[in-house]
Amino acid sequence: MATAQQLETTEESTPPEQMVDRSKGRLWPRYLVLALGALIFVFPFYYMLIGSLQKEPDTSLAGAVPTGGLTLDNYSQINDRLNLVQALANSGIFTGGVLLFTVVFGVLAGYALARLHFRGQGTLFAVMLLVQIVPFQLLVIPIYVMVVRTYGLADTYAGMILPFAINSTAVFIFRQFFMQLPEDLFSAARIDGAGEFRILWSIALPLVRPALVTALLLTFIGPWNEFLWPFLVTKEADMQPLAVSLANYISNIAGRAANPYGAILAGAVVLAIPAVVLFVAFQKHFTSSDLGSGVKG
Amino acid sequence: MKAEAETASTDKPSSPRSRRTAILGRQPLGLVFAAPYAVFLAAVFAYPLGLAVWISFQDYFFAAPGAQVDRPFVGLENYKTVLGDPAVRRSFLNVIQFLLINVPLTVVLSLVLASALNGAIRGRAALRVAYYIPYVTASVALVAVWLFLFSSGGMVNQLLGPLAPDPSWLVNSALAMPVIAIFVTWKQLGFFILLYLAALQNVPKELYEAAAVDGARRFRSFTNITVPGVRPATVLVVILATITGANLFTEPYLLTNGGGPDGASSSPVLVMYQKGIEQGNPDTASAIGVILVIGVLLISLVNRKLLERD
Repeated sequence: MATAQQLETTEESTPPEQMVDRSKGRLWPRYLVLALGALIFVFPFYYMLIGSLQKEPDTSLAGAVPTGGLTLDNYSQINDRLNLVQALANSGIFTGGVLLFTVVFGVLAGYALARLHFRGQGTLFAVMLLVQIVPFQLLVIPIYVMVVRTYGLADTYAGMILPFAINSTAVFIFRQFFMQLPEDLFSAARIDGAGEFRILWSIALPLVRPALVTALLLTFIGPWNEFLWPFLVTKEADMQPLAVSLANYISNIAGRAANPYGAILAGAVVLAIPAVVLFVAFQKHFTSSDLGSGVKG
Repeated sequence: MKAEAETASTDKPSSPRSRRTAILGRQPLGLVFAAPYAVFLAAVFAYPLGLAVWISFQDYFFAAPGAQVDRPFVGLENYKTVLGDPAVRRSFLNVIQFLLINVPLTVVLSLVLASALNGAIRGRAALRVAYYIPYVTASVALVAVWLFLFSSGGMVNQLLGPLAPDPSWLVNSALAMPVIAIFVTWKQLGFFILLYLAALQNVPKELYEAAAVDGARRFRSFTNITVPGVRPATVLVVILATITGANLFTEPYLLTNGGGPDGASSSPVLVMYQKGIEQGNPDTASAIGVILVIGVLLISLVNRKLLERD
C-alpha cells in the first residue's frame, strides 16, 4: 500500500557525533521523559509479580516494596483451581500448531509471492493485504458457525488452530525478505539446474534466517495471547489454553477464593512469562527495521 | 498486478509450452507453493466474509450439524433490528468515544517517545524492550494487574486518597470506557513506537542540521520537520489503532465485567458475542460484523485518500 512504501526502513542508528551536536549537554529532559515512560510501562509487571507473592493483598504504597512475608501459596492455589500444567500444555499445542503451519506453508507462500510468476499471484497478494485490514474478530460469527456448528470441531485442537493456522503477517515478512535477495542468485541457481524447492531450501532460506526469527516471534504472541477464539471453541476446562482458563477464573470463580487477587496475579505471571522471556532473549530480532518491513501492508 | 487479477486456474495444461505459460504463468510451480495458503485464505477469510454477509440477510439460527432447516431470506430486517437496538447503538458510540481518546493519545505519545528514543541514547535497547513488553503480553494477564490497581481499594485510589472517584474507576459509567481506552493505549504503544522509529530513519538528517544552523529550538524542529516527515507512518498508525479499536473485546469483557456498568463500556464485538453466541442470534450478530467491516474499510480508505492528496 502507499503508506507502506514510504516506510521503507534502514538501519536504526544515527551517527553519534550528530546527536551530541544537536543536543549539547541538554540530554536530561530526554532521559527524564524516557525514564518516566519506562517506569509506567514496567511498573505493572513488577506489581503483578509482587502481588502474586503476597499472602494478603496490600494495596498501600508500602505494599509495593514488601520487606518480607512473601509466599508461593497463590501459585499452588491457582494450580489447584486451573491445573496449570494442562492449561500450559493446551496453550503450547495451540501455539505450536500455528507456528508449524506458518513456517511450512507460510514460507512456501512467501517465496512464491516474492520469486515466482504464476497465475493469480496478484489476487493472492491483494487478499493477503486485505486480511490485515479486516481483522479476525469481525469474522468470528461465521467462523464459529463453520468450525463449531458445521464441522463439529468444538473442544478440539484442530478447531482452535484452524482460523490462525497461517499467519498472514508472517507470510508478508517472508515475502519482503525474499524480495530483497538479488535476482542473480536465483537465475544462476536455475541455470545450474536447481529446482525451485532446492533453491528455496538451500539458498534462499539460510539467507533470511533473521526474518524467520522475527516472523516466528510475531506469530507466537498471536495464539499464545489470544482469548476470544479459544474461549468460543473450548467449553471443556481441560481443553482450555491458559489465557481462557485464567479469564474464566477472573470472571467466575475469583469471588470465592481466599485471596482472589493473589491467585489471579499468580496465573497472570505464569501466562506472561513465556512471551516476556522470549522477547527479552530475542530482542535483537524485534527492532523497528524488522517490524518496518513486516507491517508495510 | 491488475493483469493477473483473476483467480488461479487449475486446468491441466495439455498443449504447447507457450499456452501453458499463458494459462498458469511462467512458473506454474508457484501455484503449488502458494496453494495451501490460498486454500487457507479462501476457507477462513473469503468464505466466512461471504457467509457473514449471507447470514446477515437470513433469519438464521443454530441447528444440529447436518439438520435441514428453513432459513428464509429477510432482506434488511436484521440491519433494521440492529440499528434500532439501543444496546448496539450504545456500543458503537462507546467505540467512537474509545477512538477519540485512544487514537490521538497513541499518535502523540508514540511519536514523542520514539523521537526521544531515536539516536544514540544510553540504555536504548533496554528502554525499547520496556516499551514493547506490554504489547507482547496477553491482555488477560495485563487486565489482571489493572483490576488490582484500579479496584475500589486498589493502589490508584490509595494514592489519590480523597480525590479517588466514587463510584470507583471500573464501575463508574463515565470512567469505565476512558480507562479501557487508556489501557489499550498503554498496551499497544510499544508497537507504534517501533513503527515511528522505523519512519524516523527516513527523515533526512540534513533537515535537522539546517534547522539547527538557523537557530531553531528543538520543539520547532520537532513540529516543523519530524511531524511532517513521518506523516505516512502517522496514517498507518491511525489505521491500525482504529482496527484495534474496532476489535475491542477482551478488555470490556474482563476489565469492566462484560461491558459494565450497564453497557457503558460495551463494544460491538462484545455485543456480537452476546447476541450471536450467548443468545443464539447469529443473524443480527453478523449484521453488526458487516457494519463494522464496512466502517473499518471506510476509515482506511479515507486515510489513504488523505495521504495520496499530496
